[in-house]
Amino acid sequence: MYTVESLVAQIQGLSSSAGDLSLLLTHLKQADEFLHNESTQLFPFLEQLDPTLHSLGYLYILEASTSGPVTNEQARRLVLLISRFLTSCVADQIRLAPEKFIAVCKSFKDQVLMLEAPVRGVVPLLEAVKKLRSSEHLTTLHPDFLQICLLAKCYKTGFSILEDDIFEVDQPRDFYLYCYYGGMICIGQKRFQKALELLHNVVTAPMSSINAIAVEAFKKYVLVSLIYNGQYYSSLAWMCILYIELANTYSIGKISELETYIQTNREKFDSDNNLGLVKQVVSSMYKRNIQRLTQTYLTLSLQDIANTVQLSSPKEAEMHVLQMIQDGEIYATINQRDGMVRFLEDPEQYKTCEMIEHIDSSIQRIMTLSKKLTAMDELISCDPLYLAKVGRERQRFDFDDFDSVPQKFNI
Amino acid sequence: MEPDDEIYANGEPDSSNNRNRPIISGEQLDIEAYAGLYTGRTKITRLLFIADQCGQNNNTAMQMEALRMAYEEIKKGENTQLFRDVVHKIDGRLGDKYGMDSAWCEAVDRRAVQKKEKLENELNAYRTNLIKESIRMGYNDFGDYHYTHGSLADAFKSYVRTRDYCTTSKHVIHMCMSAILVSIETGQFTHVTSYISKAEQTVDALDPNTVSKLHCAAGLAHLDSKKYKLAARKFLEVAPELGNSYNEVIAPQDVATYGGLCALASFDRMELKNKVIDSINFRNFLELVPEVRELIHDFYSSHYASCLEYLGNLKANLMLDIHLHDHVQTLYDQIRNKALIQYTHPFVSVDLHVMANAFKTTVAGLEKELEALITDNQIQARIDSHNKILYARHADQRNATFQRVLQTGNEFDRDVRAMLLRANLIKLEYKASRKL
Repeated sequence: MYTVESLVAQIQGLSSSAGDLSLLLTHLKQADEFLHNESTQLFPFLEQLDPTLHSLGYLYILEASTSGPVTNEQARRLVLLISRFLTSCVADQIRLAPEKFIAVCKSFKDQVLMLEAPVRGVVPLLEAVKKLRSSEHLTTLHPDFLQICLLAKCYKTGFSILEDDIFEVDQPRDFYLYCYYGGMICIGQKRFQKALELLHNVVTAPMSSINAIAVEAFKKYVLVSLIYNGQYYSSLAWMCILYIELANTYSIGKISELETYIQTNREKFDSDNNLGLVKQVVSSMYKRNIQRLTQTYLTLSLQDIANTVQLSSPKEAEMHVLQMIQDGEIYATINQRDGMVRFLEDPEQYKTCEMIEHIDSSIQRIMTLSKKLTAMDELISCDPLYLAKVGRERQRFDFDDFDSVPQKFNI
Repeated sequence: MEPDDEIYANGEPDSSNNRNRPIISGEQLDIEAYAGLYTGRTKITRLLFIADQCGQNNNTAMQMEALRMAYEEIKKGENTQLFRDVVHKIDGRLGDKYGMDSAWCEAVDRRAVQKKEKLENELNAYRTNLIKESIRMGYNDFGDYHYTHGSLADAFKSYVRTRDYCTTSKHVIHMCMSAILVSIETGQFTHVTSYISKAEQTVDALDPNTVSKLHCAAGLAHLDSKKYKLAARKFLEVAPELGNSYNEVIAPQDVATYGGLCALASFDRMELKNKVIDSINFRNFLELVPEVRELIHDFYSSHYASCLEYLGNLKANLMLDIHLHDHVQTLYDQIRNKALIQYTHPFVSVDLHVMANAFKTTVAGLEKELEALITDNQIQARIDSHNKILYARHADQRNATFQRVLQTGNEFDRDVRAMLLRANLIKLEYKASRKL
C-alpha cells in the first residue's frame, strides 16, 4: 500500500524528464483513490513540494485535498495556496492531467466566490486559462474566468482573452456561457461590435431546444444591435415580445414614444437587469438622429439640431455633438459665436500607409480564414461519421425513389 | 441681366405676358356644364358624388344644385331606389317640387315588374327553342333591364352569361364593353382589367373607337391601382376620335386631365416631351382643358410657380372628380417633388431664398421639403442652413468603394468564423447523439 511519504518521494524523484513524468502519471492515477481518502491530512505535505518543479504531483495532491467540503477558514488558506500554484505551475506538466487541473480551478473559483473576493481570482485564473488552452480551443475555464472578471468588474482583463479566435468547442454549454459572459464584458467595454458578434453566436447556435442562456443573450442582442446599428431586423423572432416591441418602437424614430414605452415597462427591464442597456438605447437614438442630419446639412444651428432631435436646449445639443465628435462618430466643427455646427465629410482618404497596411492585413486575415474553411470542408467530407450519416440518408432516399415502381408491377 | 435675375425669371412667369386665364379654374365648378359632359348613370353618380363632397365641405349651395340636377336626371330614368335616396338626401330643402313622388315610383315599379315577367317569359321560350342568338339577346335585355333599375351586380351576371352564346367577335366585344361599363360603375377594376384583355384577344381587328374606349377603361383601372405611369400611357394612347362617344364613362376632358396629371407625376423629362407635349393625338385632348395644357408646358419650361399655381387652382375641382379625388394629393406631391428635383438638378449651388420664391413657399418650409428628398436620396445635395444655400454633393466613388470593401471584408470574416463555430457545434451534437 501507499503512504503519503512514499508518494511525495516518488514525486520528488520523477519530475525532471518527460519519460519520468509519464511514469509518475501512472503511479498517481493508481494512487488517486488513496489520496482522496487521505484528503484531510495532505496539507502539510504540500510544503515539501515545489509548485514549479513538481507541478504534476502538486496538482494531484492539491486536487485531492480540495475535493471535500471546505470551510471559510480553510478557504482562506487554500485560495492563497492555489493562486500561488496557478501562477507558478508549468504548463507542460499540468496538461498531462487537464481534468484534475480544471477541477482545482473550479474549486478555486467557488472558494473565491465564497470569500466574496472575486478580484483575487482574476489573475490566477487568467494564468490558468493561458496555461491550459491550446490555440483556437475553448476550455471549460474560459467561461469561469469571464464570470469572475464580470463579478470583479475587471472588464479589460477579460477582454484580452476574447480577442483570440475560438473554433473548437468541447461542451456547447461552455461555449454559450463564454459568448454570453464575453458579450457582457464587451458591453462593459463599449465594444459593441464584438459584443454583437459574440451574442449572435449564442443566438444562432444550433440547439435542439432553447435554453435560458440563449434567451438572455437574445434580449441583450436586440438591445446591442439597436445601440450599434440603430435597427434590429432578423428572422429570429423569439418569445421576447417585450424586446421586439422595443425595436419596433425604436424604428419609428420618435424619442417621446420610445421613452413612454420604456417607462411603462420599466420594471420588466429592471428585473432582466437590462435597464442600463435600455437607457443606452435611448441615448443612441439621439446620436442616430444627429448622424442623419449630417447627411442632409452642411451647416445647422444648434437650436435647429435641438428642435429636430427633440432635445430641450441648444446647450444640450452642443454637448451631444461635442461628445460625438470626440468619439469619432461624426465629423463636424462647432462655431460657438453664432451657435452653428458645420458638418464635414469623412477626412479618411484611403491614401495613407497605415490604411494600406490595414487593408493588407485584412486581406491576409481573410485568406487564412478562407484556407481554414477549405481545410474544414475537406475534413468533414472525409469524416467517417459524416459519410455514414449522409450515406444512410441517401440510401433511404433512393429506396423511396425506387419503391413505387415495383409496387405497381405487383398489382 | 444679372445671373440671379435670370434664375428668378426662370421661376417667375412674366406678368406682362398675359396668358389667357382658364375659364373655370379658381372659380366654382359649373355643375351644369360639367354634368352636360356625361350621359347615363355616370352622370347621376358623379352628381351625387359632388353633392357628397360638398356636403362634407359645407358648401350647401353647390350640394343642392347637384342634388337638384340628379333628381331631374333620375326622373328621366327608371331607377326608383336611387330616386328614394336622392329624395332622402334633399330632405325637402328644395321645396315641394323636389319631394317624394310616390305615384311615379309606383308606376315605374309596376312597369318594371311587368317588364321583368315579359323578359323572363321570352327568355324561357328562347331557351326551350335553343336559339343561341335569341338567348344571348334575352340575357342582354335582362342585363339592360337590371342596369336601368340599378341592380348592378345582377346586370353584371346577366351580361357575363351572354358569353356562352356569343357567336361573332362583335358579340364578344359587346359583352365585354357592357361588363366593363358595369364594373367601372361598381368600382371593381379587377373585372375591368380582365374584360379588357378578353376584348383585346378577339380574332377580328377592333375598330379604332373601341380601342380608344378600352384604353380609357384600362387607364382608369391603372389609376385605381395607383399605377400612374401605366395609367398615363393608356390615356395618352386614346385617339382623339373618341370624342363624346364614351360619355357614359368618361369625357374627353377627363382623358386630358387624368392623362396629363399622371404623366406629369410619373414621366421623366424625355418621355414628357415625346409622349405628351409632342403628341399630336393628345394635343387635341389638351386643347379641351387649356389649364392642364398650360401647366404641363409650364412644368416643362420650368415655370414652376405658375405651374403650381395652376395646380392649386385646379385642386378644388379635381377633388370633386369621382375617379381622381383619391389620387389628387399623391399626384400633387409627386409633381411637386419632381419639380423640386428638376429645379436643383443643373446647379452646383442654389440660393434657397430664390428657390423658395420660385416655389411660392417659405425658406423654412422649403428646407423641410428638401431635407425629406435628400434623406430619400432623391436629391444628392446638402443644405447650408446658415447661409441658406443648397450645395450639390457628388459621391466620391473611390472612398465609397474602399469603405464598402472593408465592410464586406469584415462581414465575411465574421460570418465565416460564426459558420465554422456552428459547424463544430453540430458535429459535437451529432457525436453526442451517437454515443447515447
